[in-house]
Amino acid sequence: MLKAETKRGKKRESIIKAALTLFSLNGFHKTTIPDIARRIGMSTGNIYNYFASKDILAQEIIKYTSEVLGEEIRKINQQDTLSTHEKIHKIVEVYFTMATKKPEMIEYFLRVYLSHREVFVGECDKMICVAGFITEIMIFFADGVECGDLRDQDFFSAFGLFMGYLGGMAFLNGEAILPRALEDYIDDIAYNIYNALKA
Amino acid sequence: MVKPTKLKILWLQSITCNGNAHSFFSHPDFMTLIQKFEVIYHPILDSAYSLDDVINKKLACDILVVEGAFRETGMQKANQEIYAIAKSYAKKAKHIITVGNCSTFGGVFRLYDTESIGGFCFNDETPNESYKLFKKKLISLPGCPAHPRWIGNLLSMILSQRQILLDNFHRPLEVYGYNAHAGCPRSEYFEWKVDSKNYGYKEGCLFYEYGCQAPYTHANCNKILWNEVSSKTRVGTPCFGCTEPYFPKKDLWHTNTLMGIPATMPIGVPRRAYLTLTGVAKSFSIKRLNEPIIKYKK
Repeated sequence: MLKAETKRGKKRESIIKAALTLFSLNGFHKTTIPDIARRIGMSTGNIYNYFASKDILAQEIIKYTSEVLGEEIRKINQQDTLSTHEKIHKIVEVYFTMATKKPEMIEYFLRVYLSHREVFVGECDKMICVAGFITEIMIFFADGVECGDLRDQDFFSAFGLFMGYLGGMAFLNGEAILPRALEDYIDDIAYNIYNALKA
Repeated sequence: MVKPTKLKILWLQSITCNGNAHSFFSHPDFMTLIQKFEVIYHPILDSAYSLDDVINKKLACDILVVEGAFRETGMQKANQEIYAIAKSYAKKAKHIITVGNCSTFGGVFRLYDTESIGGFCFNDETPNESYKLFKKKLISLPGCPAHPRWIGNLLSMILSQRQILLDNFHRPLEVYGYNAHAGCPRSEYFEWKVDSKNYGYKEGCLFYEYGCQAPYTHANCNKILWNEVSSKTRVGTPCFGCTEPYFPKKDLWHTNTLMGIPATMPIGVPRRAYLTLTGVAKSFSIKRLNEPIIKYKK
């Protein structure tokens, strides 16, 4: 039973990964369920055994990417010996490494999640499908204020500054506008974010 | 047949507002209960002995009740240091009850001078020298004031020789084994993270903005109620956490936050778990919870 569940779980994840790549590369509307099926050698009908619709698949993908990124930030949050500045540096590093090594993860967020809000309704309303990531950012901020490193302020004013900045840089990188490699900006950007948010 | 001897109560006050003495008078069965004891001295009730007698004679005493905050010197009654008098009776008593937050932890008066003023056995959460001497017979009833039934039930338990289980501040678990949030009719709003619009409203939770400390305050206020009918949170006032060693916190009407997240979590709830649930709950807008219930139509 456990083996079958694991097998099903793996299959499910492979569909998510394939769809993530195709949605990010070709766009949400241009990608069809048969395209995804072809990419992983599965029948179209079988995909529907895992996801009832393309919209539901899209929602599951954003949950998946949010949890993957959230898990990375969680590891940083749990390192008690790091200063807040060091944590910011590591978060920027994680984000930019992902944007470079697995660009589809960030591209999906920017080009599908933010651009097709009509898909992410109902069970994906507001920020529920990105909660895995948001929760860790909230913990990072709360810890930073608690230890006296960060200035207490409204969550969204700090969140917008931090993630808007990283998203913007990842977008510029995706458009091949940046003159240097994304990782070359890590030090400066971490420094800027820390200075903007520090107590 | 010899009439059984009643247990002797000595109720001593240091610096106090009298709140706990008055609170106990509100016990619905006060007269029946108090007559089961011999009150050798009480600052308000007629009693067999005067304060001078208490100070100058060595009276027998089974239950010492102390009310108000203490300091080693500078709080005198009848030209005697009241802390010294209280300690001398504490040595003889079988039970010591610190009634109210001031006598337990230092309370409001401690804020005047945290160096020298404190509770009978604790200064905030730190045990003092008296604690070492009296911990075996110490029972704490913090509150501002202590609920009449807390005092009454404790005296009844002593009278009937019931085992009194205590927590680490010597508070009876019968009362303090709950948190004040349990039984709050606003729980649904707490679960769905819906704020109250203001004080005094029937709807909404007071935890997020208005300083309610019920989720991390040990007390059964919302279980046994005050004056048999109500509680702070029921009428739209935040719980002030008056049974805890950190009472009174500054800025009672305001929730301390860390970038919008309540700085103190409900008892035993990790921040990550709290935020995960919050994120989900806040993503939904439940119409009934966002308008007066009386106006809600399906």
